[in-house]
Amino acid sequence: METRDIGILIVDDERVVRASLYNWFKEDGYRVETAENAAEALKKLQATGYDIILLDIKMPGMDGLELQRRIREFDKNAIVIIITAYASVDTAVQALKEGAFDYVTKPIDPDDLTHLVRNAIHQRTLAAENVQLKRKIEELSQLEEIVGESPPMKKVLELVKTVAATDATVMILGESGTGKELIARAIHANSNRRYFPLVPVNCGAMAEGLLESDLFGHEKGAFTGAQYRRKGKLEMANGGTLFLDEVGNISMKTQMDLLRVIETKQFTRLGGEQVIKVDFRIVCATNKNLEQSVKEGAFREDLYYRLNVFTIPLPPLRERRADIPLLANHFVHKYALQMSKDIKSISTDAMELLKGFDWPGNVRELENAIERAMVVGSPPCIKAEDLPRQVNGQSQIPGGDTLADVEKAHIKKILERTGWNITRSAEILKIDRVTLYNKIEKFGLRT
Amino acid sequence: MSVIALVPIHTVPATQLEHLARGIREILHCETALLPRLEAAAAYEAARNQYNSTTLLAHLLPLRPPHSAKILGITELDLFIPILTYVFGEAQLSGAAAVVSSFRLRNELYGLPADPTRLRQRLLKEANHELGHTFGLIHCRNVNCVMHPSTYAEDIDLKAERFCEECWKEAFESVH
Ligand SMILES: [Zn+2]
Ligand SMILES: [Zn+2]
Repeated sequence: METRDIGILIVDDERVVRASLYNWFKEDGYRVETAENAAEALKKLQATGYDIILLDIKMPGMDGLELQRRIREFDKNAIVIIITAYASVDTAVQALKEGAFDYVTKPIDPDDLTHLVRNAIHQRTLAAENVQLKRKIEELSQLEEIVGESPPMKKVLELVKTVAATDATVMILGESGTGKELIARAIHANSNRRYFPLVPVNCGAMAEGLLESDLFGHEKGAFTGAQYRRKGKLEMANGGTLFLDEVGNISMKTQMDLLRVIETKQFTRLGGEQVIKVDFRIVCATNKNLEQSVKEGAFREDLYYRLNVFTIPLPPLRERRADIPLLANHFVHKYALQMSKDIKSISTDAMELLKGFDWPGNVRELENAIERAMVVGSPPCIKAEDLPRQVNGQSQIPGGDTLADVEKAHIKKILERTGWNITRSAEILKIDRVTLYNKIEKFGLRT
Repeated sequence: MSVIALVPIHTVPATQLEHLARGIREILHCETALLPRLEAAAAYEAARNQYNSTTLLAHLLPLRPPHSAKILGITELDLFIPILTYVFGEAQLSGAAAVVSSFRLRNELYGLPADPTRLRQRLLKEANHELGHTFGLIHCRNVNCVMHPSTYAEDIDLKAERFCEECWKEAFESVH
């Protein structure tokens, strides 16, 4: 929504307050009007609608509470923000109980005012139920196009639909490259929090101290290099969804801090004292066996149970091979557009290879393979030789026709195909894991 | 060519004024004229130990020379508008007067070592921003544009001294 489409009415008996706020919002481009008393406010409300009404709770004549009730009779979705002096916070609390969106005390911190109004607008947008429904349908259909139609994925989408509208914490389990962030986005997009941000945090990619300040933010001077106050991801996710990727990699110390935030819904920035209240939903993802980490003492049991409320297991691509053609064609289409290249399909041979490969790196690896093939291939279609070596089976170790050479090459090929998954490779080779380890050692094979 | 009149309020270091004047001339493609100093006592509010920027705008307006397009007050004093705890500056939207303060732009206020270069850059950006309002511009979504709103001093460092193409066209294309 453009700011000029949003109407704000300021009701305050003090002229200077009206003028200050009027100018402040005008500079942001809002449609702003003022009223000096309840009667004028009601007259203006009758003439035209407003999205947000800033209301001084203490005015001569009809008091703010009464005016708030009357405003709601006009428009029950109107967002009322109460302006109050410290002395009348009690009344403000009463106003909140009667449906006011929030209150601010005079004088207002410019930062608070900006955020308050932004949140109010989100809330207002949320009320537009029909728009909401339309988006919901659009986003789900988009998702289906991207992730596939196989029975295992249909099951996943069912789970997403079931849990999205609740506020439950969700844990997404899956190997790397299975599209865990995509599922997190789908949950967020179909939840009541969708007009607030989805804030992703990659817990695996950051050193402990960095992750801490990334999550909690810091005050200036909190540590060497903290030149300025920075808001953390927890604060940014307020109202929305916090997506903790690779949650199994969080250090013990940060696990404890995180648990406390989840339990109390409040925290302080690093080096700060101000208690900040937050409200967000957690969606987390891991490719680790967290239950095992709990047993080993590397992951707090209490945090595990907080996070593991509703689980969505994402199957690896090799367990839903039926989706490979759909996904592969989707990526061909995507890169054809991006590269303006006239490749529209995949040859039968190439498709057979794609379907037969194990994809240890899952959807991401498939996408990379198609992207590469689009670069090296030529119209009209992707051919077997355009695919990466480990897929088209040309990964042979040069030199030697002895049985040992062939054995070494074959083991290497299978290891590459499974992404060096020893258990899986041993299964395919029909040997036990110890034998496989010995052969790796013997042939001097390396990842 | 339009002229922007600059008025130091209370005390402002001469070098800071010169740098600001040069920056405004360069970015707004205009001339600047330096007017005599203005005292700020009338805008002082003892209860807050701050200066009312709206009152300052009212005192600046009659000082505007007839040939100049806008008048900009520059100060080191801490400014406020009645409803807010502080402001970096204030302008009359599509009007003639604006005021900026360096008080909250200084690193020292946030416990950091003084950085005169950064301070000059921030002041120039906020001056251009407030002048932009006098030319009728509202806040811009482009994070690089000087008309992007800044809540914290460090936010100012993220944006450029200049107007984005869209804002420039809207405010100045017809003027120049
Ligand atoms: Zn502004
Ligand atoms: Zn702009």
